[in-house]
Order: sequence, then C-alpha cells, then structure tokens
Amino acid sequence: MSTTTAAPAAPVAPAPAAPPRVETPFQRFVSEFAASRLALAGLLVFAAIVLIAVFAPWIAPQNPYDLAQLDIMDGRLEPGSVGGAGFTHWLGTDDQGRDMLSGIMYGLRISLTVGVGSAIVACMVGASLGMLAAYAGGRTDGAIMRLVDLQLSFPTILAALMILSFLGKGILNVVIALVLVEWAYYARTVRGTALVERRREYIEAAQCLALPTSRVIFRHLLPNCLPPLIVVGTMQIARAIALEATLSFLGLGVPITEPSLGLLIANGYEYMLSGKYWISFYPGIALLVTIVSINLVGDHLRDVLNPRLKR
Amino acid sequence: MTVYLFRRLIQAAGVVLAMSVIVFIGVYAIGDPVEILISPEADQYERERAVKALGLDLPLWQQYLTFLGKALQGDLGRSFVFNEPALKLILQRMPATLELAVGATVAALIIGIPLGLYAGLKPDSPLSKGIMAGSILGFSLPTFWVGLMLILVFAVQLGWLPSTGRGETVEVLGMRWSFLTRDGLAHMVMPAINLSLFKISLVIRLTRAGVRETMLMDYVKFARAKGLSPRRVIMVHVFKNILIPVVTVVGLEFGGTIAFSVVTESIFAWPGMGKLIIDSINVLDRPVIVAYLMIIVLMFIIINLVVDLTYSMLDPRVRLEAKGT
Repeated sequence: MSTTTAAPAAPVAPAPAAPPRVETPFQRFVSEFAASRLALAGLLVFAAIVLIAVFAPWIAPQNPYDLAQLDIMDGRLEPGSVGGAGFTHWLGTDDQGRDMLSGIMYGLRISLTVGVGSAIVACMVGASLGMLAAYAGGRTDGAIMRLVDLQLSFPTILAALMILSFLGKGILNVVIALVLVEWAYYARTVRGTALVERRREYIEAAQCLALPTSRVIFRHLLPNCLPPLIVVGTMQIARAIALEATLSFLGLGVPITEPSLGLLIANGYEYMLSGKYWISFYPGIALLVTIVSINLVGDHLRDVLNPRLKR
Repeated sequence: MTVYLFRRLIQAAGVVLAMSVIVFIGVYAIGDPVEILISPEADQYERERAVKALGLDLPLWQQYLTFLGKALQGDLGRSFVFNEPALKLILQRMPATLELAVGATVAALIIGIPLGLYAGLKPDSPLSKGIMAGSILGFSLPTFWVGLMLILVFAVQLGWLPSTGRGETVEVLGMRWSFLTRDGLAHMVMPAINLSLFKISLVIRLTRAGVRETMLMDYVKFARAKGLSPRRVIMVHVFKNILIPVVTVVGLEFGGTIAFSVVTESIFAWPGMGKLIIDSINVLDRPVIVAYLMIIVLMFIIINLVVDLTYSMLDPRVRLEAKGT
C-alpha cells in the first residue's frame, strides 16, 4: 500500500544508502526466498531447463523428429563422436542415429508440457472443488471429501495405470490421467486453508455487503488460500513429471513419435545391458536435474510461505 | 464396536461396487467391447456368435449385472494370450509380487532404522546431513531410473548381481518362492532395494524424528541418571518406543509397495502381477486387466478396512465419533 510515499517523513539523513523503506509482502517474500542459496540454485537451474525446452528448435543441433536428418549409420555412436552429418554428438546417439542431446532438449519440452499442464488443470479442478467443499459445508463437503479420501487411498501409479488402460496412449490421455490422479491433493489443501479463512472477518464483511457467492469465493477467499496451493503445486509439478516419465517408461504414456524423457530412457534400456549406457543415462540425468531442482524450490517455498514458521 | 464394524463393512462393499462400475464402464463402454473381449483373429461368423454368447447385444445395465454375477463367482474372463482364466493367471503370479514386497519392507527396516537412529542421535554431524539429503533424493527420484542405475552399476559394470528374472525357485505350499535359494536371493537383492527406496527414506525420517523426540523424554533422562550405559538406553528405552510408529507406517505402506512393484517388476523382469499387467496392457489382453484391477481394488479396500478397524480398536475417539454421527 505505502511503498513509495513513506520517504518524505524523514528528509534529514544525508546517506542515500538507508532510506526508510517499507517492504511490500512480495518483496519480503523474494528476499526470504533468496536467503537459501540451494533454493535459489534450484530456481536458476529450473529456469535454464525451461529456457532450453522453449528454445529447443533453435538451439538443438538436430531436429530429432525429422527423419530426413537422421542417418541409421550414425546409430549408437558413443558420446563425443562425430556423425555423418558432420557435427559432434556430445551425448552420443540412439539406435536410430538420433542425437541424444537434441532428443533430450525436445523430450524436455514434452515432459514439461505434460507436467506443468496437468498440474495447472489439476490445480484448477482441485482448488474449485476444495473451495466449494469448504464454503458449502454439509453434504457437499462430505461427498467431495469422501471422493478425495477414496482417491488418496489408492497409490497414484495404480490409478494412473487404470485410467490409461481405459483411454490408451497419447499425450492428452496422460494429462487427463495425471489430472484425475492429482486433483485430490489440491482439493484437500485448499479445503483445509479455506475452512480457516472463511471464519475470518473479511469474509463476513464481504458477505454482509451481499456480494454474490462466486465473488466472495474467487475474489476474497481464493487469494488468501494461495500460499499453500503454490507449495503443493510446485511439488506436484515434480511429481507429475516423474509419474509421466514412469508411465512412458512402462510404455503406457506418450506415443513413440513424441518421446518424452521417460520414453527416451525406455528406448535405451535394452542397450544398457550391452554397455551402451548413454542412451538411457543422459535423459535420466536430465529428468533427475529437473525433478530435484523443482523439489528444492518447492521445499524452500514451503518454509517461506508457512505462517506457522513465521516469528 | 459391532455397529462401527458393520458400518465400515457396508461402506467397503459400497466402494467395491462403485469401483466395479468404474472398471466395467471403463472397459466395456469407453473401449469397444467386441474388440476387447473377442480375439482379433476371429472371423465375421465367430465374431457374431461371440457377441451373442457374451451377451453384448443386451442393454448396458443387463451386461453389468451379468459381469457382476460372474465376478462374484470368481469368473473374470479368459486371457487371450495364455487362454487361461484371468483370475488364475494373476493368483499364480501373486507369490512373486508378495515376496518382493515383503523383501522390500524388510530391506527398508534393516537399512532405514540404523541410518535414522544415527541421524537422530547426531543431528549435526556431516554424515547425518548426508543421510537426510539422501532421503530427500529417495523421495523425489523416479524409481525406474534408480533401478536402471542399479542394473548399470551392479550388473553391467561390476557383474556382482543378476539383473533379470527370479532365479532358482523352490516349491513350498504349492507356490514357488525365490527367497529360499541362494540364487533366488541374489536375484531378489536389486529389485527389493529398488522397491524399498521410498520406504527407506520414510523410515529414516520417522526414526530420526522419533529419536529426537524420545531423547528429551523424562524416562530417558532417568535411565541415564540411573547410570545405564548409553548403548542400553538407546537400544532398550529409545528404540522400543520409536518402533511402534515406524512399524505402523511401514505396514500402511504395504499396499503402495505392491502397487509400485509394477515399475520394479518391469525393470527387473520379475515375473509377478505387476509385470503381467503391464504386458497385458501392451498387448490389450483386457480380461487380465479387468481381473487385475478388481483384485487390486479389493486388496486395497481390505488393507484400508483393517487399518481403520485396528485404529478404532486402539483409539477410542474414532469409535465415539462414529457413534455420535
């Protein structure tokens, strides 16, 4: 509210280094987040990964989907060897002569799209239902929470397996499966927070103004339930990426024409026993770095945004 | 108590029924049942006859009732691939999966408890910090990737352990078990460790938290003041008390372990239920898929029921709450 107008009260101090600055909540959040080097490193690495994924078509040495650029003679080259196309395959090639580095860059695109996309949709579905449960209470609450309990009592991998065995392969189907599996986490989180928040005075005030219920829920209640939602969302993105990779590794996820990291790893699996480790190894490292960097950020966000840990 | 038990049983039956509807709709209505239930090799005439015989020309609700009736008699269809009852196929493979899941649970306790104990007793030592960082990795790394790395290191590079299959088995009580032979045990080491990674992390964290809490208790202080050796204080007074929550949580996780064995079994070609379901999904052997899903759903509901009932026996508040509503 009062960030820039606080200055004229004390025009005496000549030192420009220490103006009586008032931090906005956002600035405080940023400085608290930056206090952890590990989390900051995680954020930087994740940002780099996102950039690589977004700009893959421009920075990758090769388009791995363009069959004209592939040469079967380049198949299973060791990392660092020069292929027929004249450039060095720093991470080797797979059985079809695809440059692994390019494959990983394009695979990251698919993995991130599926992971982030499903997390966003699941968050919207879960948050709406959780909010509804908390606000409506009674039978609605009971019914929704029963569903959440049911969903959470089954391991995610099993539920995803079940849904994909009905729907079949495909990127969209994987996203649907991930959303159906993960909405419950958001719903439970939001309900917990919203139950506390809805008893606060500002909600009462909004209700007294006779605002429409939807406005009270989305403009007043939801913004105040955001912090835990952000934490869960961050962690769920990592989980979604890992789950997608697992499903693709099992051959149930994305189709072979659009390989995600999990599928790249699966492709290299059969060659690993004969010592050609790089086809599986490097996509695995990329997956690992992605997941760990997101988890580092999420883990620290949880500490920063947790009101219980604040003074 | 009886009323509570009765209510929970009815609830569990309701969930099984609901899941059977979901599975039924998933397989019969979303997919094409003719394609699903009749072998793709069948010709036009056989196809029509099979549609009649399977009752696929009847309305959906009637089909569901037939499906349910048959399922109650233990008939969940025949596998196309093996041409055997689907239920029998799965039950045949169950011992392998159970063996692996039990092995993983034991491994989690054997590895996790000492590490957690150490991390709890010396929270500031660098090794403890390493253990805790490792446990975060255990939570976040995808199981399948760790499995591949295990194979790469211990089977391909070092050649210490076999990477696939169950090895030699012995028949006891009409089922084949690996853990009774040396060869079988060697085959079990990597899959069991791989499957237990998540649980090892869990046990480490629980044990560490438990130790740190228990060490501050008066009875521990008293035991120390009595002049007991630190060894005896830790092994008897502390250890006994942290074991209860650890064992409870690990027991609760057992169902999850069975579910996650899907991944581990696929990597290590372990011939259990999990590998069977993945193979069946890949060749669209749908009767086996339906049978697997129904069995696993049933298993989970039973595990949840047992857990709930045990808790209600241990914690009277649960019972009172059930009576009040």
